[in-house]
Amino acid sequence: MTTPLLSLQGLTKVYPGVVANKDVTFDIGEGEVHALLGENGAGKSTLVKAIYGLIRPNEGTMLWRGQPYAPNAPAQARATGVAMVFQHFSLFDAMDVAENVALGMDNPPPIRELAARITEVSNNYGLPLDPSRMVGDLSAGERQRVEIIRCLLQNPQLLIMDEPTSVLTPQEVEILFRTLRQLRAEGRSILYISHKLEEIRSLCENATVLRLGKVVGRADPRQESARSLAEMMVGQSLHTPSRPAAQPGKMLLQVTDLSVASPSQFGTSLKGVSLSVRAGEILGIGGVAGNGQDELLGALSGEIRAPAEAVRMAGEPVGHYGPNARRAMGLLCAPEERLGHAAAPDMSLTENALLTGAWREKLVTRGFVSWGKAKGFAEKVIERFDVRTPGPWVAARALSGGNLQKFVIGREILQRPSVLVVNQPTWGVDASAAASIRQALLDLAQAGAAVVVISQDLDEILEVADNFAALNGGRLSAPRPVQGLTMDQIGLMLGGAETGETDVAA
Amino acid sequence: MLRLEKRPSPSKAWNYATPVVAVLLTMIAGGILFTILGKNPFEAIKLIFWDPLFSEQFAAYSRPQLLVKAGPLILIAVGLSIGFRAGIWNIGAEGQYIVGALCAAAVALAFYPAESVLVFPLMILAGALGGWAWAMIPAILRTKFNTNEILVSLLLVYVAEKLLAAAATGFMRNPQGAGFPGSRNINQYASAANHEIFAGTGLHWGGVAAFIAVLFTYVMLQRHILGFQVQLAGQAPRAARFAGVAPARLVLMCMGISGAFAGMAGMFELAGPARLISIDFNAGYGFTAIIVAFLGRLNPIGIVLAGLLLALTYIGGELAQFMLNLPAAAIQVFQGMLLFFLLALDVLSNYRVRLFLPQRATTENV
Repeated sequence: MTTPLLSLQGLTKVYPGVVANKDVTFDIGEGEVHALLGENGAGKSTLVKAIYGLIRPNEGTMLWRGQPYAPNAPAQARATGVAMVFQHFSLFDAMDVAENVALGMDNPPPIRELAARITEVSNNYGLPLDPSRMVGDLSAGERQRVEIIRCLLQNPQLLIMDEPTSVLTPQEVEILFRTLRQLRAEGRSILYISHKLEEIRSLCENATVLRLGKVVGRADPRQESARSLAEMMVGQSLHTPSRPAAQPGKMLLQVTDLSVASPSQFGTSLKGVSLSVRAGEILGIGGVAGNGQDELLGALSGEIRAPAEAVRMAGEPVGHYGPNARRAMGLLCAPEERLGHAAAPDMSLTENALLTGAWREKLVTRGFVSWGKAKGFAEKVIERFDVRTPGPWVAARALSGGNLQKFVIGREILQRPSVLVVNQPTWGVDASAAASIRQALLDLAQAGAAVVVISQDLDEILEVADNFAALNGGRLSAPRPVQGLTMDQIGLMLGGAETGETDVAA
Repeated sequence: MLRLEKRPSPSKAWNYATPVVAVLLTMIAGGILFTILGKNPFEAIKLIFWDPLFSEQFAAYSRPQLLVKAGPLILIAVGLSIGFRAGIWNIGAEGQYIVGALCAAAVALAFYPAESVLVFPLMILAGALGGWAWAMIPAILRTKFNTNEILVSLLLVYVAEKLLAAAATGFMRNPQGAGFPGSRNINQYASAANHEIFAGTGLHWGGVAAFIAVLFTYVMLQRHILGFQVQLAGQAPRAARFAGVAPARLVLMCMGISGAFAGMAGMFELAGPARLISIDFNAGYGFTAIIVAFLGRLNPIGIVLAGLLLALTYIGGELAQFMLNLPAAAIQVFQGMLLFFLLALDVLSNYRVRLFLPQRATTENV
């Protein structure tokens, strides 16, 4: 066999308290499209950052065409022939395409010359793009083209793409794939990061699967099924919920044909979402980030208004109510983004306790805040949920992610919700805190609440949920009981096959 | 080399220290400016900050002026501070001040010469309503059409100035004024006049109103859920929506309160020190109040102190103008520098400055 383009040998990256990558070894050949698969937190981003020179691994070596390769900075990686398209674009809206491209280059040519080259490259690779257009006017797909062309102008040998299709329409995905296949035909290599299994099966000839920072599998995706790839990603065994199946109680939360536009430009609008949760039941909603999770939480919390009948609490229509009216009825939520959404970063924990607890905990009488009671409530949350902090006067941003998450979840649970909706309840939280949060959710359901857990962590959903539904492109699959659910079915649900629409349908 | 490092939580000490340091830096930079203008810097600074209060020659006149000038500044600034905390930028208090005064003058002139105890309260109401209505224009344009309230409120100042000129030379001109521009002297209309409450103190009803406004704002910000929502919306807009704060309602409320306070300040000024509607009725209180609000850390108590300080620069500035022949613009530059230094130093409450030596380039480029 010929020397691989890039060879990773035993890469290990340790952050305080977390091993992000452990002894990762794999090769990327010349002209190969190599998939890097894994759930959120599996260590994919850390790994590509090491390749791109953004971080330095603690151990292990990389070889570029057989020569030692240890980039200190992205500029050095680019000089070697590595280019990267990030998941989040780094573009300035108020500048045109050529100016944006020039900003990302190490030695940009004069702007007119650059514009001519942009046009040339965009024609060669079938990525139509006018260099004089303002970036602010471009669609997400066109913005991505700016990033790709910026990379291609550097004539890279290895192109790293981090979740490139997460913001694209199916048509844009097709155009992108044609470009990537053309690049491969030219002998360039691509490292392709995604959780969309069908994409990987159609594009890549080699896959490395990461779980918890370690390589847990290698495969030729064309020879594998979506099921076998999903099993590699999440591990073989399915967890059985450890609590006895409760008798299904009263119908507490019912969503019927909920369609709302996303308030954000890059958001995903919800399309005809229906679900129902009974007392004592936990519904787990899986799916890749950006498929409507934020919007679903917003529509349930009341931040996004919907038609009255679309959301019902114990039979009563509440879709038109704002957050506080819903809280008063017992519908509480904990959003994914802890700092800035669930909590105000610069405010104390006492003030953050007031943020959602004001009415239900009666911290306010006739408009006047009782700071003593608010402090008492904050202290209760801190004590009951083991939040490690010197006291309730500490600013939220001074807490670690796990501690703040315990505070945010605890704040809602202590308000005795009849329906609780949580998005990513254990994202970025250490294992013991995650376990205690999951246990708290199970206890809450056991006590008769209806719980919706939105999460990208399949293990988590399978551990706590009674029913599973997948969110894909703003559509929710029909929920199915977790018990007896096979990985094959989960993979298909996550891929959108059961919602009547697949990513490459168009 | 210098590097800024974000602090884990904002520094309380710097939060209080920055206004003081900003004043000191302004004195130094101002002193340099006065030196360049060929004046003795120590004399100029002493004239501005010391003589109005303590010199035997000037204090008798200047000391009461302190409350006269500080009253409207504080009243307007506390109103602005509520919106500023919520990230709602009413820059047009000057215009709301003018319109408030015009509305109050309209009430007074409508009743003239009838004497009634109702005239003065009605004028206060009219002043507040006028300022409120003028502030509602940028507020509604923002909530309905998402326009920028900074630009709209600022530009409306110039519209208000045109209205003022039209009133002074046209529809409010004193019919017995021998053709000179300017309305009747409202200060000489007993029912409408805003006199000193205690002779020689400079305290008129505007000062009382400012005091009440400070109390009102203090209680609202510290104790009331609305004050909490205002601060939440300013610090974390998404968390505010999650907490059920309706952004549009907040814009209307903050713009309304600041407009009403500015309108009232215009009314007290009209019926008191200014005496009548004239072309140059507005003296820049609405703009200086922005400096006052920030210098006072958007805190009601801080605003009282900042208002007194800025009033002092007004009085001392006038003194320096005729004693040292300093140009009027030099004093405005002086006030502007104060805001500049304050905002620049603000970075220190959230960041600490670290000195470091540049690392040898050889280790970086292996």
